[in-house]
Amino acid sequence: MIFNIIFFSLLAIIILAAAIYAVVQKDLLYAVIATGVISLVLSIYFFIMQAPDVALTEAAIGIALTTIIFVITIRNTSRREDEIPVNKEPDREEETK
Amino acid sequence: MKRAFILLLLVVVGWVLADTFSQINFGESRMGDIKQQETVGAYYLNNTVEKLSVANVVTAIVVNYRGFDTLGEVTVLFLAASGLASILYRRKKRGEHDVMILKNSSQLLQTGAKLIFPAILVLGAYVFIHGHLTPGGGFQGGAIIASGFLLMFMAYKDYHVSHNVLTWVESIAGILFVSVGIWGLISGATFLENILGTGTLNDLVSGGIIPLIYIAVGFKVAAELTGVLETLLNFKTEK
Repeated sequence: MIFNIIFFSLLAIIILAAAIYAVVQKDLLYAVIATGVISLVLSIYFFIMQAPDVALTEAAIGIALTTIIFVITIRNTSRREDEIPVNKEPDREEETK
Repeated sequence: MKRAFILLLLVVVGWVLADTFSQINFGESRMGDIKQQETVGAYYLNNTVEKLSVANVVTAIVVNYRGFDTLGEVTVLFLAASGLASILYRRKKRGEHDVMILKNSSQLLQTGAKLIFPAILVLGAYVFIHGHLTPGGGFQGGAIIASGFLLMFMAYKDYHVSHNVLTWVESIAGILFVSVGIWGLISGATFLENILGTGTLNDLVSGGIIPLIYIAVGFKVAAELTGVLETLLNFKTEK
């Protein structure tokens, strides 16, 4: 019982830390990886709470596909949050490269 | 200021959730002993295994009792994928190369991907074929297969999946799903009614139409998610 409480508290602390990190981090790549960590711990939670169907979905979609789709989007746009200019032309980025 | 507000919002949501869940002991059902009640959930729990010979009650609810909702979900996913493709997809001109992944990835990733890719495909197929026996189902298996294709996209820069093949697989799977439903109408029952014999519990061919529908859903979801990845990876900002 004590072990359960300690284990669950540890997982909850990891989820909270990753969520806060994803909010305050200005480098969007790190923020996306932090959301992937949230999905990982969440799928462990689902599995422990006897919902293996949901755990499988969360593992495949939350960890792998969503994270990679965000990474691809970041590569196509800009990486840092404060770098995005207002009303930026989409073709100006190509010239500066 | 904005970040402080976001953190405050998180704290408030977390406090409300913790306050709700703190009244339930760990691992205890909120509803009490559900098998004794006269609700629809109690009906599903008490009758699914005997009447349908399906070990996985979640699958039975998703495909058998709520099959029409599943058709709607698959349609939503199809609309999302085709909307993305209609915005981002464009045909490659002659002599044009991919911009996204410029150089080959490391030897380690290439060899590992080549080794593990068939195993991922087999695992995905296993998950959606055994959807009525073990945890999992069409959506999970399709997502696993799509993540296998994602591994190949990351490892090899020249790896492509033809959009024509994906479109055909997706269309045939969708037609199979709907025609199983119409088969129920033709044989005198309702749309998506379980008209086949249910067989014995824990057999591979059991549960009536549930394996058929989940095989169709698995192919459909895998084709859609792979198409999304392929479209996104080949997207290039026009000059």
